[in-house]
Amino acid sequence: MLEIIGLQVNHGWVRALRDLSLHIHKGEMVAVIGANGAGKSTLLGALAGLYKPAGGRILLNGRSVTGKPAEYMVRQGISLVPERREIFNSLTVLDNLLLGAYHHYRALKDAVREDVKRVLELFPALRGRERDPAGTLSGGLQQMLAIGRGLMARPSLLLLDEPSSGLAPLVVREIMAALADLKQTGMTIVLVEQNTAAALKVTDRALVMERGRIVLSGCSDEMISNARVQQAYLGRVRAARPAAVL
Amino acid sequence: MDLTGQLLQLLFTGFTLGGIYALIALALVTTFNITGVLNMAQGEFLALGALLAASLCAAGASLPLAFVIAVATLALLGGLLERSAIHPARHAPGLILIIITIGLSISLRGLALLIWGTEPASLPAFSGGGPLFVMGAAVNPQSLWILGLVALAVAGLHAFFELTYAGKVFRACEINRTGARLVGINPAALSFLAFAGSGALGAAAGIFIAPVTLATYDMGFLLGVKGCVAAIIGGLNSVGGAVLGGLLLGILEAFGAGLVSSGLKDALSLLVLLGVLLGRPEGLIGAVAGRKV
Ligand SMILES: Nc1ncnc2c1ncn2[C@@H]1O[C@H](COP(=O)(O)OP(=O)(O)OP(=O)(O)O)[C@@H](O)[C@H]1O
Ligand SMILES: [Mg+2]
Repeated sequence: MLEIIGLQVNHGWVRALRDLSLHIHKGEMVAVIGANGAGKSTLLGALAGLYKPAGGRILLNGRSVTGKPAEYMVRQGISLVPERREIFNSLTVLDNLLLGAYHHYRALKDAVREDVKRVLELFPALRGRERDPAGTLSGGLQQMLAIGRGLMARPSLLLLDEPSSGLAPLVVREIMAALADLKQTGMTIVLVEQNTAAALKVTDRALVMERGRIVLSGCSDEMISNARVQQAYLGRVRAARPAAVL
Repeated sequence: MDLTGQLLQLLFTGFTLGGIYALIALALVTTFNITGVLNMAQGEFLALGALLAASLCAAGASLPLAFVIAVATLALLGGLLERSAIHPARHAPGLILIIITIGLSISLRGLALLIWGTEPASLPAFSGGGPLFVMGAAVNPQSLWILGLVALAVAGLHAFFELTYAGKVFRACEINRTGARLVGINPAALSFLAFAGSGALGAAAGIFIAPVTLATYDMGFLLGVKGCVAAIIGGLNSVGGAVLGGLLLGILEAFGAGLVSSGLKDALSLLVLLGVLLGRPEGLIGAVAGRKV
C-alpha cells in the first residue's frame, strides 16, 4: 500500500535520509529500529508530511503523495503518533480525542462518538479521565492519549514513534498489547522503537536503519536471533531492561 | 462638583478610554495567540471601519446597515491583507512580521487620507438623550455602549474558545502547532480567519467609539499603540489580561490627565510600556520571539 522510492530528506545540512526505498504491504506491522540519529523519526515525519523530501517519491496505494503537507497526509489515511506526543496539554482528554477526528468531524459526528468509545475500550486506563486536562495525565496515559488521538483520524496507516519511550515496563506491555489488538483489525502499522525486544515481539517484519538508510530487513522472528541485531540492539536493551519486557 | 464627584468623573472617563483600549487589545491578543503576529495595523481597522460607516450614514444608510457593511468590509480587508502580506512571509522571524504590519498600518493610513481627507467625520450617538448623572458625575451613554461591546466581545470570545469545536481547533493550533497539523488542521487557514475576525472586531470598535472621538484618517495610530501597551500589560496571552490591561491603562491616563496634566495623557502609556518592558523583559521578549505563524 505504501511505496517509498529513493527518498531523501535533509534537515539543513544534515542528510537525514539518503536514498531510502521501502515497500509496506497492507495489514502489515513493521518495526523500524536503529541507533539515535539514524533517521527513524525523519522517515515517519516525511511520511506524515512534516518534512518535505529533497528527492525521491512516496506512493500511497499507487498515487504519489510526495511533498504534500501534514494536513493532506492525514486526510489520505496516514496518521502519525509523534515522538514527543504533541498532545494539546491544556485541553481535556476528550477534546484531544475529538480534535483527532478533525478532518471528518462534521461529516461523521456520530461515528466520531463511537470512535471515542472504542479508544476508551482499547485504553481503559483513560476512562474517567475524559474531562481532565491532557497535561495532567501521567506519561503512560499521555502516550495512550496520543495513540488514541492518532486513531481518531481513522488511519489506514498508523505511524508510531517510540511509544514506549520513558515508560515503565508494565505500561509498555499494556501499550504493546493494544498495538497487537490494532493489528488484528487489519490496520497497517509502522512502529519505530528503541525497545527492540518489545518491538520485535509484536511486529511481522523489522528494518534496521543506519545513517539514513535501511541496512537490514527481515522477519521479526528471525531478527531476534540475528547476530548483528542481537549484538547491536538486543544486547543493550536486555542489559538495560529486565526480562519482564520480553 | 465636589472631589468625590470629580474623581468619579475621572473614573468614568478612564473606563471609557479603557474600554476602547481593551477592544483593541482583545483583537491583538487573540490574533497574536493564533498566528504569532502582533498586528500593529489593528488601530487602522478601527479608523477605516468608523470612516466607512460615517460615509455610509452620510449617504443615507441607517446606522445598523452601515455597521453591518463596514464590519463585513473590514473582515474581508483583514483577510485579504493576511493573504497578501502576512501569509507569504509566514516563515520569517516574528520581528519581520511585526514590521510588515507596521508597513500595513502606514499604507492603510495613507489610503484613508486619500479617500476621506483630513476632515473628521462623525457618527450619531447610538442612543439619544443627554448624559446620565451618577453622584454628580456625568456618564456619556455612548460609554456604556462601548463597555457593553467589550463585555459582548469578551463573552463571545470566551464562549467561542471554550465551548465550540471550532474554537478548540484554534486553541489546539495555539497550544501545539505540530499536533494541530498532524490531526489535519491547516494553521494558514486559521491565520486568515484570525485577521478577518480582527478586521470585524476593529470595525465594530471604531463605529462604537466614533460618536465619542470622531473618526479621522489618523485616529488609528495612537489607538493601536495604546491597545498594544494594554495587551502587553495584560501579558499578551489572555483575553482577561487584555481587558484588564486596557481598563488599567485608560484609568491611569484619565487620572494622570485630570490630576497632573493633560499633556501627560499620551506620554503615560509609553511610560507604562517602558516600565513593563524593564520590569519583565524576558516574559515579553519570550512571548514575542517564541512564536511564529
Ligand atoms: N529538526 C531538525 N533539525 C536539524 N537536524 C535534525 C532535525 N531533526 C533531526 N535532525 C538530525 O537528523 C538526523 C536524523 O534524526 P532523527 O530524529 O530522524 O533520528 P532518530 O533515528 O529518530 O533518532 P532518535 O532515536 O534519537 O529518535 C540526526 O542527525 C539529527 O540530528
Ligand atoms: Mg527519533
